[in-house]
Amino acid sequence: MFTTEDLWSPIRLTLALASITTVLLLVVGTPIAWWLARSKARWKEAVATVLALPLVLPPTVLGFYLLLALGPNGPGGWVAGFFGLRTLAFTFEALVIGSVLYSMPFVVQPIRNAFEAFGDRPLEVAATLRATPWDAFRSVAVPLARPGFMTGAVLGFAHTVGEFGVVLMIGGNIPGRTRVLSVAIFDYVESLQFTQAHILAAGMLVFSFVVILSMTLLEKRVAQSRS
Amino acid sequence: MNSIAGIISVHFSGVLGSFKLEADFETPARGITALFGPSGCGKTTILRCVAGLSRLPGRLVVGTDVWQDHASGRYLEPHERPVGYVFQEASLFAHLSVRGNLRYGLRRALKRGGAERFRFDEVVEQMGIGHLLDRSTGELSGGERQRVALGRAFLSQPRLFLMDEPLSALDRMTKEEILPYFEALRRSTSVPTLYVSHDITEIERLADHMVFLESGRVVAAGPLNDLLANTRLPIARSSEAATVLDAHIGPYSAEDGLTAISVGGEKLLIPGRLGKVGDRDRVRIVATDVSLAIDHSSRTTILNIIPVRVKDIQPLDSAQINVLVTVGHREEGQLLLARITRRARHLLGLAPGQKVYAQIKAVSLIGPARAPVGPQRGSSWL
Repeated sequence: MFTTEDLWSPIRLTLALASITTVLLLVVGTPIAWWLARSKARWKEAVATVLALPLVLPPTVLGFYLLLALGPNGPGGWVAGFFGLRTLAFTFEALVIGSVLYSMPFVVQPIRNAFEAFGDRPLEVAATLRATPWDAFRSVAVPLARPGFMTGAVLGFAHTVGEFGVVLMIGGNIPGRTRVLSVAIFDYVESLQFTQAHILAAGMLVFSFVVILSMTLLEKRVAQSRS
Repeated sequence: MNSIAGIISVHFSGVLGSFKLEADFETPARGITALFGPSGCGKTTILRCVAGLSRLPGRLVVGTDVWQDHASGRYLEPHERPVGYVFQEASLFAHLSVRGNLRYGLRRALKRGGAERFRFDEVVEQMGIGHLLDRSTGELSGGERQRVALGRAFLSQPRLFLMDEPLSALDRMTKEEILPYFEALRRSTSVPTLYVSHDITEIERLADHMVFLESGRVVAAGPLNDLLANTRLPIARSSEAATVLDAHIGPYSAEDGLTAISVGGEKLLIPGRLGKVGDRDRVRIVATDVSLAIDHSSRTTILNIIPVRVKDIQPLDSAQINVLVTVGHREEGQLLLARITRRARHLLGLAPGQKVYAQIKAVSLIGPARAPVGPQRGSSWL
């Protein structure tokens, strides 16, 4: 038999990972998206391409390099030394770092598109109405790009929840620390515990359905209120 | 009123993209100065440089304030320049209500220590947008949007208005609906305006001064009618050439249905009951509606015959010439342009300095008296 705690633990862990990742992505991704949308630097598309790599790379490739970077011989291991550890791999922190990199394009791209959609004019208007650049960003650019932020946040959260390959490579399958939903399902199936796998898998199915439906409805409402 | 003493001195010189601008002019820091010229002559670029939205080396002085000086390295950022910019499209903030748009510049101007010379309630009333305050900007008509944009510019407490073809995106009807609001702006003597337009009739109605531009250079600058009457500029050489003269409204005769107006001391009659006695206005007289006669012939259907003095004669083409005259037989007077044939000139033997009579077929009042609709007149909000 199994206890409910066996099922709740990966759910809690997954939600924590996805929430932290989404918040970090909004904090880090917004200035990047702003720079990509506004800068006239020639090499900005090269930066955009690097950020978009997770879209096409097999997660195992990203996971492999991250494992090396976080491991005892990489910069991650060097940082871990300060905390008396040998490696950052196979920790919750490693999952957060991996998720941020892996879900980055899903957050940056919609926000960048939203920033680009309204062009220079609203910011010029704000400047002639005495708004400093920071004020104009806060009071004009961010509110105008709100649909982009919502899409980015939902996609970043959902994508982190569904992540599997990277987690397996850098996090392994440590209950309560790195054993997230997708890994738990894989584990249950491998050990032929289909009941548990069914419960989690069906839960994921419903979750994904709700996410996509609510996003579509949200976009529709925003589009209506704008017209 | 806190009027800015003195002049606006504009000097920009440099290259933006592939466009070379060499703008150098001065204009009084009061009334409306029109920047006029064909598309691509650099009108909008000058306006953007004045606002600080585009950057070119040069020097810009508004009244007593130096906004930009290449030599000393002084450069005010756009948000540090107290301008009221009205763009061609209203460019309202889509995420704010009408009220939010109006308050946006007001709050920031007051925070920067500006005096509230234009008050929220008064501007809202004058622009006739009180019933729109809680609407979203998407629900407004084109004319309403531009009125809100104009009100928003007022409330940012500018010391200089910058208007970039604010009427050109509107249809004819809406234009007529909006123009009175800009005429109200003209009657304001406190805040000067730089007004970009490629529509000469708009300029004739609104402007006091004019800067004529061609391919990034200033060709001529000065009082409106001096430029309209300048026979060396393409404006006076076009088929729609006209002059704009200051007029005072006189009494209305109910019997004839005519209003008397006075232009430079000479009396003209125009159909309809217009304005109040003593009102100041302006009249537009098309050059082809003016003919010249050696003496005051009384037996004619033309009502308006006034003494004038020939000032200058310029050939136009193989058949026509422009004759510039001044109103009245004295040395100085308001400039009036007449378009006549070479042959007529030859037959009459016209020469500069000669005292003749101008027969004017049509006079149109183009100032506020013409506009019964629009903002309340005679109020002192500006």
